[in-house]
Amino acid sequence: MRMSYREAVRAALHEALVADPRVFLMGEDVGRYGGSYAMSKGFYDEFGPDRIRDAPLSELGFVGAGVGAAMGGMRPIVEVMTVNFSLLALDQIVNMAALYRHMSGGQFSVPVVFRMATGAGRQLAAQHSHSFENWYAHVPGLRVVAPGTVADARGMLPAALTYSDPVVIFEHVGLFNAEDDVEEWRCDLERAAIRRPGTDVSIITYGGSLPKALSAAASLADEGIDAEVVDLRVLRPLDRAAIADTVRRTHRVVVVDEGWRTGSLAGEVVAGIAEDCLYDLDAPPRRVCSEEVPVPYAKHLEDAALPQSDKIVAAVKEVTHA
Amino acid sequence: MREFTLPSMGADMDQGRLIEWLVAPGDQVHKGQAVAVVDTAKAAIEVEIWFDGVVAELQAVPGQMIPVGQIMATIVASEEATLPVAPPEPVVQARAVPSERPALRPVASASHVEIGGVRRRVSPAARKLADERGVDLAGVSGTGPLGAVTLSDVERAAAERASVPAPPVEAATAAERQALVRQAIASAMSRSKREIPHYYLSETIPMARAIDWLAAENAGRSISERVLMAVVQLKAVARALDGFPQLNGFFVDGVFQPAPTVHIGVAIALRQGGLLAPALHDVAAKDLSQLMRELADLVARTRAASLRSSELTDPTITVTNLGDQGVETVFGIISPPQVALVGFGRVAPRPWVTEDGTLAAVPTVTASLSADHRVTDGHTGAMFLASLYDWLQRPEDL
Amino acid sequence: MDDAELRSAVIAELRTIAPEVDGDEIRDDRPLRRQVDLDSLDWLNFLIGLHQRLAVEIPEADYAQLVTVDDLVGYLKARV
Repeated sequence: MRMSYREAVRAALHEALVADPRVFLMGEDVGRYGGSYAMSKGFYDEFGPDRIRDAPLSELGFVGAGVGAAMGGMRPIVEVMTVNFSLLALDQIVNMAALYRHMSGGQFSVPVVFRMATGAGRQLAAQHSHSFENWYAHVPGLRVVAPGTVADARGMLPAALTYSDPVVIFEHVGLFNAEDDVEEWRCDLERAAIRRPGTDVSIITYGGSLPKALSAAASLADEGIDAEVVDLRVLRPLDRAAIADTVRRTHRVVVVDEGWRTGSLAGEVVAGIAEDCLYDLDAPPRRVCSEEVPVPYAKHLEDAALPQSDKIVAAVKEVTHA
Repeated sequence: MREFTLPSMGADMDQGRLIEWLVAPGDQVHKGQAVAVVDTAKAAIEVEIWFDGVVAELQAVPGQMIPVGQIMATIVASEEATLPVAPPEPVVQARAVPSERPALRPVASASHVEIGGVRRRVSPAARKLADERGVDLAGVSGTGPLGAVTLSDVERAAAERASVPAPPVEAATAAERQALVRQAIASAMSRSKREIPHYYLSETIPMARAIDWLAAENAGRSISERVLMAVVQLKAVARALDGFPQLNGFFVDGVFQPAPTVHIGVAIALRQGGLLAPALHDVAAKDLSQLMRELADLVARTRAASLRSSELTDPTITVTNLGDQGVETVFGIISPPQVALVGFGRVAPRPWVTEDGTLAAVPTVTASLSADHRVTDGHTGAMFLASLYDWLQRPEDL
Repeated sequence: MDDAELRSAVIAELRTIAPEVDGDEIRDDRPLRRQVDLDSLDWLNFLIGLHQRLAVEIPEADYAQLVTVDDLVGYLKARV
C-alpha cells in the first residue's frame, strides 16, 4: 500500500488507540489542532479529550505526567513537538523514566513512548533543527529508535508499545512527506537493517540521512563502486554485530550522522568498529556529520551545513581510494 | 562455483598450515578425494573434499597458516569448467582516475616496512591478510592513500608469489608435534571433563571361547594374515552397538545426533608420547580379516603422522585397549563430541565361578563403558555391556 | 647364521617397530616386552618382520615361548 511517512505514523497511532484502552496520546496541539505535523488529525473527535490530551506549553509538566501515568499502568504516547523542546523535559526522561525501574528495585516499570520530531533541512532555524539522538542514546534505561523508512514509521510504534521500559522515537522532519509502498511493516527494535547490499564500502546511517546515503550509493554505482547502506534503526542499544558484520565484508566504512561530529553517535559507531573489527579495516573510517555551527536559516547555508549526498560520495571515494 | 574451506578436524583444532596441494587448477575432484596436506596439531592430514567438481583456483599457498573455515580453493561444477576460468578481480581495484586526487598518490612506492624509522602505512586488514597468506610486507608496494598498503596490494603480491614455485614446506618436527598433540589432548580432555557428566560401568567377560576360536582361526593362517584379539573385541563392540544407537553418535548444541554407521575411534598410543584415536570405518560391516588389515594400516599411518581428515572427524565412539600394558580396567574419558568410550583391560586367567558352580582358572577380560549421562543412563549402558558379553561368547558369529 | 647375527637381525627388526631402541641396552635374558613398550600389534608386526627377513614360520601356538631375546635367537636358530 502506498503511504507517506506522516500517514504511516498516523495509522500506527490510530491502531494503538483502537487496540488498547490504556493507550492515550498527549502533547502540545495534538488534540483540537490535529498535531503540529497533522499526525493526529481527527483523533480528538474520534477518541475524545481523555485520550487525546492537549498539553500546556510545559514540557517538564506533561512529560512528567506521562511518566507518572505509565507507572500507574497506562501506556502513554507523549509527543514532544521537536527535540529541542525535550530539553525542558530532560529531567523527567533521563532522571525519572530511564531510572525508575532501577531506583525502585524493580517495583515500577515505565512503559512510556516518547515521540519527537528531529533534524534540520526545513529552514526552521538553529533552535528547531537539532539532532540530539546521541544525548538520549547515551542513557541506560532508554531504548532509542529512529525510523528511517515509511515501513519503520508504521512498525516501530506498535513495537515500542510492547516494551515495559521507556522508548524514544525520533521522527525526522525531512522524511514526513516521503512515500513508499508498504506491505510488511512489522519489525523489531533490536537490529540494524541493510537497506542496500554492496561489497566495496559500508555507509552506516540512520533516520533522515538514510535517503541521502541511498542516493549517494546510487550515484556511486554509476561509477562502479558498490556501496552497502546500513540503517542503524536502533540507536540504543546499537546493533554492534550488524556493524561489525558489514565492515568485515567491505573493509571500508563511512558513517553518516546529522548530529555534530564532536561527541556524535557516528563517533560511537566508529569506536565500536575499532574495538570489534580493527583488523578488517582497509582504510581509516570517515564520518560525514553536520558542520560544527548552529544550523543556519538561509537555505543555501543550511544545505551546506548538513550531510548531503555529494559529501557522502566524496567520503566514499576517499576510503575506497577511487 | 563452490568454496572449499578448511574443515575442522576435531573440536580442538582451529587452524592448520598448508603443506602442499595434491591437485592443480583444472583437475577433476571427487567427493572423498584427498586434495591437500595440512599440518595440524595432531598430524599432517590429507584433507578430503566433500563434493565433486573441477578446481578453479587454489587460494591458499603452501606455508600459509589457515584458520578453520577459511576458503582454500574454489571449485566449479564440471559443466562450468568448460568455460575459461578468469582470475577474479580484486573487489576494489585502484580504479585509475590518475588526475583526480594527485595529492593522495604516493610519490614513490615504499619498499620496506620501516623507512627512516617511520612506520610503514599498512591497513589493518592488509596486515592481517599478509599474515594469513605469509606475505612479507617488505616486498609489497602500497597503492593506497599516502602509499598505504591495502588489501588489494597484498592480494596482488600473494598472486604473484603463487605463480612462482614455493620452497617445500616442512611438516612440524617430532618434538613440536609431541607438544601439539599434548596440547590437543589437554584441550579435548579438559572440555570432556568440564562438559560431559560421565558414568562408568564395568563387566568381567570370560574369554575362553573367543581365545580358542581365534587360535583355531589363526592356526590356518600365515603369520601376516593372523587376527589379533583386539580386532575381535572391536568387532564385538560394533555388533553390540547395533542395539544401542544412543551410544553411537555426537552430542552437538545440546542435542544427541545418532550416527547411522559405527566408525570406531581406535586409541593408538604414539611412540613419542600422546595418543590419537582415528576412525576405523564401518566396523560392523567388515569381516575380521579386512578389519585386521585396516587396523594395521591405520596404526602405521597414525604413527607416521599421515592421516586423512575423515579419519579424525568420523569416529562415533572410541575403543581403548590397555590390556597389553597389563591393566585390569580402563576408566576412560569420552572424546567430545562422542558420547561413549569402551575400554578393555588385559585378557588373563583369573578365578571364575563356572556355570556348574565350581571355581576354575578362566581367561577373562574387564570391559568398561564410560558414557555421557546427558544422553543415556546406566541402564542402557548395562544392557550394552551385557550384549558385548554375549557377542564375545559366540565369536564365530562376528 | 650364528647367535650374534641372529641377535642383530632381531634388534634390527625391533628397531623398525620401535626406533628408539638401543640394542646395547636390551638385556637378552629379560622379557623383551618389559624393556620395550610393544603392544600386541607391534609384537605381531615384529614377528611378521622376522618371518619375512629370515623365512621362518612362527605359528601362533609358539608365541608363548618367545619372551626374551635369548628365546627368540634360540627359536630362530633351530629353524633358519
